[in-house]
Amino acid sequence: MKSLTTLVERLGGINLLPVLLAIIALVLIGSPSTWLTLTIAGLSMGMMIFLMASGLSLVFGLMDVLNFGHSAFISFGAFIAASVLAALAVWVAADSVLLNLLALFAAISAAALFGLVAGWMFERVIIKPVYRDHLRQILITMGALIVAEQIILAIWGGSPVAVPRPNFLSGSLIMGDVTIEIYRLFAFGLGLVTYMALHAVLNRTRVGLLVRAGVENREMVEALGFRIDRLFIGVFAVGSALAAMGGAMWAGYETLITGAIGSEMMIIVFIVIIIGGLGSIEGSLLGALMVGLMGNYVAFLAPKMALASNMILMMAILLWRPYGLRPAVK
Amino acid sequence: MSAPILELDPILELDNVFTDIAQYHILHEVSLHIPEGGVHVLLGRNGAGKTTTLRTIMGLWQAKQGAIRFRGEDITKQHTSDIARKGIAYVPENMGIFGGLTVEENMRLATLDGSFDQDRLQRIYTLFPALEKFWNSSAWSLSGGQKQMLAIARAMIEKRDLILIDEPTKGLAPAIILNMVEAFREIARETTILLVEQNFLFARSLGQTVAVIDDGRIAHSGTMAELVEDVALQTRLLSLSLDAHQ
Repeated sequence: MKSLTTLVERLGGINLLPVLLAIIALVLIGSPSTWLTLTIAGLSMGMMIFLMASGLSLVFGLMDVLNFGHSAFISFGAFIAASVLAALAVWVAADSVLLNLLALFAAISAAALFGLVAGWMFERVIIKPVYRDHLRQILITMGALIVAEQIILAIWGGSPVAVPRPNFLSGSLIMGDVTIEIYRLFAFGLGLVTYMALHAVLNRTRVGLLVRAGVENREMVEALGFRIDRLFIGVFAVGSALAAMGGAMWAGYETLITGAIGSEMMIIVFIVIIIGGLGSIEGSLLGALMVGLMGNYVAFLAPKMALASNMILMMAILLWRPYGLRPAVK
Repeated sequence: MSAPILELDPILELDNVFTDIAQYHILHEVSLHIPEGGVHVLLGRNGAGKTTTLRTIMGLWQAKQGAIRFRGEDITKQHTSDIARKGIAYVPENMGIFGGLTVEENMRLATLDGSFDQDRLQRIYTLFPALEKFWNSSAWSLSGGQKQMLAIARAMIEKRDLILIDEPTKGLAPAIILNMVEAFREIARETTILLVEQNFLFARSLGQTVAVIDDGRIAHSGTMAELVEDVALQTRLLSLSLDAHQ
């Protein structure tokens, strides 16, 4: 038993959970081609959820701030990207991959830039006055979310908005019985690149070192001579930009969005950061992949259980590890 | 002939400091005069206000009244990070180690620009060889004594004018405490130390001056030699006699 535990630890330990989930799903699904299609869909969905969740996890870990308004950035990101893509419809529909990429880059950049600026303002105006007061944080950020949703309603209307997909991302790759949407591969790749960039910043730069230390003990970081509140503004703005970027990608995935997109995703985002462990990028990635895979497998195997499956997953993990899979503070 | 220690210019002064935590009045009219150089001890039993005094100096809790002066400059209302950057290091009772970081990362955080002064690093390795051995290990994996070494080494990695150390011997084995005595003597050659302690034997071996705090008030201050010689005073202030510990 001990040697098995050692072997599992050497192979990756808790990081193997998504692999374990995939193996169990393969046995239950039976068809390798269906399983592969669902797995790729789950991984890409997981990566988009990771984009939305990672910033919130760091914000919670670093400053103990409960930001229910995070989903407003997801919603705005989605609608801004939809508007930019609609405005660049000629590039989006063109046969040129370069023009398609430029349109997509413009949409994602606009969403992320909005998230960065709005996140900075949100922190200064809404969050700063309620540091260290969870009840007021919940109330004021919920209020801000309602206001944000009403602004979206006023700007984009109450009808669902269509999100055009760039031409080169519209098709599917067909390999035998396996059909893979190109958009999902792209979303997975973008999520992976973002994770690697975040990982590099957090582990190879002095700012990253300060963020990791601040998540553990912000008071001690200040006693070493650093202004954690200034660091927090930056983390909040980047986290909001990532949420907006995730919203933009999710809009392209859904292709039809409503003002409730952020609120709908927020439940999943909270499940992810709780499963993963607060303040941990690695935990957010692990949690997001688990949630993405679980959602797709259960939707296929037992559609009526799809909504409940992630809640059950969260409860099971919390019973096993009350602080999540990879919490920043042990 | 050198001036008596208590007549030296103070590096740190607390002048009638009051600190409240929520509705509780913790410090009452605390005045301290910490001369430059050497080790100065703040003694007191549990809950007397020792930790609150250090945290108030660092700005982690705000003084409600009174003034705290460092080299003559009023730092009472300054931000913790600004106080730290003036050259004051703080080693809290819980050591404040970042367990998720390596020993090297913990040390690097305490440097001003992210690079190490190799001479200082060698001195630290000499004082605490375990830190060199576990340099790339996670700080979680260190023993309690090694974590305390890391906490103190972090305060030494840059030139500081004053180090505030909160009960460094708490829970440590006697052999490690001896190691700490040597380390503090080494540090005190270039830096003033304000040491908060309950362990009188340890404090006596290092301290030049001593203040005793009780119920948030300074009950006595003077030289350590006076307190060591006056058994009646020890008994009255600390409910102990050195003889009982020898």
